[in-house]
Amino acid sequence: MSSSVLLVIGTRKGLWLARRKDGRWRLTGPWLPMTEVYSVAIDTRGKPRVLAGTESPHFGPTLVTSDDLGHSWQEPEHAPVAFPTDTETSLRRVWQIVPGPSGEPGVVYAGTEPSALFRSEDGGSNYELVRGLWDHPHRAEWFPGFGGQAVHTILPDPRQPNRILVGMSTGGVYRTTDGGAEWTPANHGVRAYFMPENEYPEFGQCVHRMARNTAAPERIYLQNHHGVYRSDDGADTWESIAEGLPVDFGFPVAVDPADPDTVYTFPLVADAHRFPPEGDCRIYRSRDAGASWEGLGEGLPRQGFWSAVMRDALCLDDGDPAGVYFGSRSGEVYASSDRGESWSRIAEHLPDVLSLRAAVV
Amino acid sequence: MRITLVIPQMLRSTVDGAGTLRLSLEEEATLRQLLDELAVTHPALERRLRDETRTLRRYVNFYVDGTECRALDGVATELGDGVEVRIVPSVAGG
Repeated sequence: MSSSVLLVIGTRKGLWLARRKDGRWRLTGPWLPMTEVYSVAIDTRGKPRVLAGTESPHFGPTLVTSDDLGHSWQEPEHAPVAFPTDTETSLRRVWQIVPGPSGEPGVVYAGTEPSALFRSEDGGSNYELVRGLWDHPHRAEWFPGFGGQAVHTILPDPRQPNRILVGMSTGGVYRTTDGGAEWTPANHGVRAYFMPENEYPEFGQCVHRMARNTAAPERIYLQNHHGVYRSDDGADTWESIAEGLPVDFGFPVAVDPADPDTVYTFPLVADAHRFPPEGDCRIYRSRDAGASWEGLGEGLPRQGFWSAVMRDALCLDDGDPAGVYFGSRSGEVYASSDRGESWSRIAEHLPDVLSLRAAVV
Repeated sequence: MRITLVIPQMLRSTVDGAGTLRLSLEEEATLRQLLDELAVTHPALERRLRDETRTLRRYVNFYVDGTECRALDGVATELGDGVEVRIVPSVAGG
């Protein structure tokens, strides 16, 4: 882990910043108090910009940016992310913010509830609806899970900017190869057990999270609503990598930014029993692309942990080696500087942690 | 006609710290027209009161001379000259 890391922590009641310098963490907050911060991002393609998708229970959702590492926040007068009038739709929440590839320095994507993709070309201040996905004929058949009907994962291809994957619940994985005009489902091999008449439909899966890194963009990991998968062909096909995990349910999945074989997840018993197995807080890591898994718990609460880790609350930074971080619904944040071998708690007693991002700044 | 709009503390940052706005509207203007005017003059305030379909946000109340608009005619409530419209966020949350 580098000597200077910024960790942005989005919670149900505001945002906290953790800064690691000289081996010590310093926590500040709450910033953006009393807003639900479902999405955060750190854009390090130029001068670092922090972005946050917030939702006020009173005054609705918005997306704000900070160019001083989170100490002051800006947003335009007009709503930065808003559905056009002809859609007769209103934004419920920004679930995901993803800076585009390095070759498109102004591009930022936002995934929303209801399920839609928005694109910014001014560094994330103002966004426009990607019509190709919104107008998709399947849209009427996407339906909400417990969390709402949302695009929660966006994976622009780091080498070919016109190729983008999105994940939604439900609906599954969709892919464009032309920058967003045409989208096709990409769920071959992903199970939807809740559709008993056809458990492997073309679309309709409840994907919880996907991850890939810049070193091997054709390899993608997927944590499903039951099921953990890997694709080695850019989402053409998926194969199960759940063997070796204690259970196949969970929400987050994250991959090492430098090593496409190293992947992390946080299993929960089942959709009807959303607790870590036996109340034992363990991150599971594979170093062979999911062929085998090991539970890592040194420094974590090994009993009586009845919390959970949300889909966007597990992340890695871009250091060498990459620091690993996760936050819990019980307001704790843990960090590892040795690829998950051991952990230290760097925050506690926060509101539910909903989103995390870390970067060397 | 002249309308006084009272801004709650939580929203004053969207109107340069002002506690009240004095607005000139056409005769027989409604609450909807007041909000439409705000969308032009103070969009950062208006989008916190209505979503992009122009639906009132659920936990924001509009007291027109002391009566919440939903007990009147909603956004079709006629305002009248000299009316005070007070924006009051609901007491909610935990």
